[in-house]
Amino acid sequence: MDVPDVRLVGVRKAYGDVIAVDGVDLEVASGEFFTLLGPSGSGKTTTLRLIAGFERPDEGRIELAGRDVTGLPPYPRDVNTVFQDYALFPHMTVAENVAYGLRVKGVPRRERRLRVEEILQIVQLAGLGNRKPSELSGGQRQRVALARAMVNHPQVLLLDEPLGALDLKLRQEMQIELKRIQRAVREVGITFVYVTHDQEEALTMSDRLAVFNDGKVEQIGTPAAVYERPENAFVAGFVGASNVLQRFGRTFTVRPEKIRMSADGGTRRDDDNAATGRIRDVVYAGMFTRYVVDLDDGGELVVVRQNLETSSTEALDARGRRVLLEWRADHAIETKPEREENHDSSS
Amino acid sequence: METRGTRIGLGVATVAVIAFLWLPLLLIMAYAFNSSTIQSWPISGFTLHWFREAWHDPEVRRSVELSLKVGLAATAIALVLGTAAAAAIYRFRFFGREAVSFLLLLPIALPGIITGMALNSFFNFGGVQLSMWTIVAGHATFCVVIVYNNVLARLRRSSPSLIEASMDLGADGWQTFRWVIWPALSTALVAGGLLAFALSFDEVIVTTFTAGAQTTLPIVNAIVFVVILATVIPVTIAQRLTGDTGVLRRGAAASKAAAAATGGGAV
Repeated sequence: MDVPDVRLVGVRKAYGDVIAVDGVDLEVASGEFFTLLGPSGSGKTTTLRLIAGFERPDEGRIELAGRDVTGLPPYPRDVNTVFQDYALFPHMTVAENVAYGLRVKGVPRRERRLRVEEILQIVQLAGLGNRKPSELSGGQRQRVALARAMVNHPQVLLLDEPLGALDLKLRQEMQIELKRIQRAVREVGITFVYVTHDQEEALTMSDRLAVFNDGKVEQIGTPAAVYERPENAFVAGFVGASNVLQRFGRTFTVRPEKIRMSADGGTRRDDDNAATGRIRDVVYAGMFTRYVVDLDDGGELVVVRQNLETSSTEALDARGRRVLLEWRADHAIETKPEREENHDSSS
Repeated sequence: METRGTRIGLGVATVAVIAFLWLPLLLIMAYAFNSSTIQSWPISGFTLHWFREAWHDPEVRRSVELSLKVGLAATAIALVLGTAAAAAIYRFRFFGREAVSFLLLLPIALPGIITGMALNSFFNFGGVQLSMWTIVAGHATFCVVIVYNNVLARLRRSSPSLIEASMDLGADGWQTFRWVIWPALSTALVAGGLLAFALSFDEVIVTTFTAGAQTTLPIVNAIVFVVILATVIPVTIAQRLTGDTGVLRRGAAASKAAAAATGGGAV
């Protein structure tokens, strides 16, 4: 890896007694789409604000492209932020909002206009430059916020739950749209650092992601690696459904879609990669059905099955049936118990 | 949804209240054009004589001039102190924050006569000579609130990340103030200033207790006419400026109109 665009070394930030970020180390490569994923209060947004310069760390070092920016205020940092509430200037038009960063830097008016036009084209808002933010829909405001940040060609673009305020349908459209935009600007070399609590969003969009919990990074890796090989019970539970098995005093995770479910023939197989139980709960979700199975040996497993040939009534009728669950040995991933609460990770 | 009955009832009540507040004022304004010296209805003829009379009366002129000077000075003080107070209350958590906010709001709730008497005894006690500046100080007590309320409401309505967004886009403190904070606050400041001026301009009670030899308001219908205009016009503009912010719309503007009405009635 070349010099990383963003590097955090042992970064710590506390507010009074509350430790928001507790010794975070991160490296984000140039042009990468990197996601900070975690529940609320896990320190991901604070980490983003530390990179932006809105907060100063109590300890540790922050580097942008090899330059130490730990003590610098936001404005000399080559970083731009897309805020959760967009923070568009209400008294300016869309074009003026987008041009703001250029104007502040003293870019001549003509070049300003060209670059604003170009970026509005990319976010598909061409022709709306004279509108006020109040005249736009939520999705359009989102695009203005993106354009306003990207027009400056920052080294790093920081996005703080940018899709959080949109409804599901629009959110899914914007996920695809954001990826398209990111590819469009990758040649300029803009690195994306994206904060979200939505694991699906993180898995869909990221090149790599960091899972945050309690101010610490639990795991860093590609979406596939984090999903398929969670390092501990927290990651297994937060990214995807928590499906924890206790065997011989060790903890394993099996993803719900990796489990084959069939009627229990009564023959108890002597197999580590199988279990028998009774279906306790059936959740019909249209595309698939989720079954919660109480295991005979204690504990429970969630199984997800596509509704390939099942109808909703058939699926719901399965409640109470005895079933046999099987999975491939390599799909049962051994995980370390969750930090500091290893005693209750299985119950 | 309210029924048709309540809607009509509310409409009638609204019209009745507005008529109650405004008819006496309109009557006085009409008398300003009365050619007779006896105030009886209908007025006996139309004349601008009283305006000419008032215009050429040196005492009246001095009074209006003083009212203007006091109003402008009190407004200027209110703009500076009110904005600074609002910024402090909005941005920082500090010991006594609630108390400061309460003290700032108090003069609006206190009857003018109390404020006036308190200031009067304070000035006497402190051996301060009553002058134009004691009037200004008296007026500033309730003008600061108006500006403070306006600016605070505007600050609370603006997204706190606007300033961060500006810094993030490369603007330093001055550029952020010039292009983001000032435009966001300016209409609130102008509206607050206009309201403060209007309040000061027709305030009689506090003035009588804080004024020395000066008299600000002789009893002439024509003067009342001018005072009412000088009060209503800024209030209207202020209301426009705050527009859909709803900050002043109902509460302050309505009570202001009522204050204008009672102020005029007292004259």
